Amino acid sequence: MIDLRLPIGIFFLLVGLLMAGYGVVSPNDIPHIGMKINGNLDWGIVLTIFGLLMTIFGWRGQRRPPERKNQQPPTH
Amino acid sequence: MLQHLLLLATAMAPVQNAATAAASAAQAVPHALIHLAPIDIAILAVYLVFVIAIGYITGKGHQTSEDFFLSGRSIPAWITGLAFISANLGALEVMGMATSGYQYGMMTANYYWVGAIPAMVFMGVAMMPFFYGSKVRSVPEFLKKRYNEGARFINAITFAVFTPAISGISMYAMAVVLQDFLGWHFWPSVVVSGLVVLVYTFLGGLTASIYNEVLQFFLIVLGVAPLTIIGLIANHAKAVKHAAAGMHESWLAAATAGWGDFTHWLDTHQVSQGKTMLPGSMWLHTWMGTGHAAGNTLQITWPGVVLGLGFVLSFSYWCTNFLVVQRALAAKDMNSAQRTPLLAAFPKMLFPFIVILPGILAIPLLPHLVTGGTVVHGKLVSDTHTVNNVMPLMMGTYYPAGLLGLGLTALMASFMSGMAGNVTAFNTVVTYDLYGSLINPNASDKHYLWFGRIMTILGVAISVGFAFWVRGANSIMGYTQTIFGVVNAPLIAVFLLGMFWPRTTPWGGFIGLLVGTGTSVTLWILCMKGHPMAHFYKHGTTSAFWNALWSFCAGASSTILVSLFTRKQPVEQLTGLVYQVTPRGEVSATLAWYRKPLVLGILALLATLILNLLFW
Repeated sequence: MIDLRLPIGIFFLLVGLLMAGYGVVSPNDIPHIGMKINGNLDWGIVLTIFGLLMTIFGWRGQRRPPERKNQQPPTH
Repeated sequence: MLQHLLLLATAMAPVQNAATAAASAAQAVPHALIHLAPIDIAILAVYLVFVIAIGYITGKGHQTSEDFFLSGRSIPAWITGLAFISANLGALEVMGMATSGYQYGMMTANYYWVGAIPAMVFMGVAMMPFFYGSKVRSVPEFLKKRYNEGARFINAITFAVFTPAISGISMYAMAVVLQDFLGWHFWPSVVVSGLVVLVYTFLGGLTASIYNEVLQFFLIVLGVAPLTIIGLIANHAKAVKHAAAGMHESWLAAATAGWGDFTHWLDTHQVSQGKTMLPGSMWLHTWMGTGHAAGNTLQITWPGVVLGLGFVLSFSYWCTNFLVVQRALAAKDMNSAQRTPLLAAFPKMLFPFIVILPGILAIPLLPHLVTGGTVVHGKLVSDTHTVNNVMPLMMGTYYPAGLLGLGLTALMASFMSGMAGNVTAFNTVVTYDLYGSLINPNASDKHYLWFGRIMTILGVAISVGFAFWVRGANSIMGYTQTIFGVVNAPLIAVFLLGMFWPRTTPWGGFIGLLVGTGTSVTLWILCMKGHPMAHFYKHGTTSAFWNALWSFCAGASSTILVSLFTRKQPVEQLTGLVYQVTPRGEVSATLAWYRKPLVLGILALLATLILNLLFW
């Protein structure tokens, strides 16, 4: 089974890059607040970093051999 | 879903909550129709491609019905934990919580901090060993093992009837938002989104649903969280007005200053609720004024919150509803199953800050929103400038193109995660507990796998059909959701006695289920018909809490009474189902502290206590 962090990471990497790129090309401030905050660039960077970390962890997890299923009694 | 069902009772009460009376000079109303830019469409398209791809990838290799319905019991705890929250996080909850934040403030957080976390902890520590350890495939099957076929049938049929209906209502609500804000037609919105969910649940079954729920969880958090931050910044900008024009400030500095400006605004303004003016500061408290109903925004009293919401309603939902329990049953081992609701509790307790807080922050920013919509020829015609739409309105006002696409995709994701959760739970219960139990008990596993896929199509078809039905007759929406909530309210009595009192007999459980449900429905009808009791409670939420408590008492007492006069089961039949006669494993010395359910449960309760104290 695929390591779920991989598709999640790639998704946010793509969306983050899309938003950050759009923020660079079309630097719109957040509307109605009158402040110089480029929402797309800033949040796009946040998403890109998150996506990158998830991709790395997912890629490493994918290479690890699968855990053996362990049936334990309930623990309290 | 629990939160929404309960809030609906509030909405149906005759309390008119007008928008705040604060001066409405400040902000212009956003356009009713939001125009999406190509970047917004691109983000939505990437999302749709990914959810279908995940369905395709996870569907490869499904050979048995258990692979399809329970993911082969192979999923790690962090995934089932996030899916546990996400399946519950439908569009109605995300948007409904913001609405409730606008109307009632942080008091709404009680639905999380009292109405969810303690029950989730109890589920993980005390109840999950019996669900997972007994190897049942569904909650109704547990009732069959512990009690009898009758108890299973009542639980299964109720669940199978209401689950796709609730999903259809969620679909309807989402399509209305898309219609109002984006100008998309109703039927393509419903059919296309239904098809996307159908494709990935049909291909990948529960695994696809769970995997997508985790993606949707992150998308909802990362798509909606900026609204809280920007809401704070907007409050800061509103406070400093012209001085802010062209100002350069970091997100963090502006948001931090915004919290101070916002709380100052609430401290110095009165906010109206119907004809009553209340201090704005009441919108930031969860317990203040709950000594009497008139002293708080939600008109509730603390005994009702603690016993009705915190015990009966929340335990019935979080500990017995198959929609959420199914996620834990897909876990790879007992420890992972126990940790599923416990790991879910930590992000869950922080959700008020991204779904409720934006609604509260909107009070000074969008002070003119009204309650309800317009009724034309007996049908509710949606009005975009109502409190119900506070979240999309906030997004439309403050999200630039790009961020707006992310936010709307997050709302779409919340709708899809809720719907897929309902559909995968529906197909499992219908296949195992109705078809496999009553109609065709001796079929091959391959046949059940085939039947489950057909039920997936049927579940989506019923949801879509129900969405169109609700569109034609709006009043059924409220009744369907409320009745489902009412029917489920007393379930926990029968489960607790079944799991922790060996003397409980099959007849006791069966009669207790009938009496508890009957009491709950009767009390609800009496309140709806204007019985003096309803006037005593004064408010729909209060009556929902107390009715649940009385139904619990009726269900529990009848179970005990009938059990004392009927033949008890041999001990060997109860092993694995009842606490006293089930061998308990020792805590492994090698198990790290963060894997021990009891430690995680205590930490979750302590963190929740701190949040309650912070917003007392």
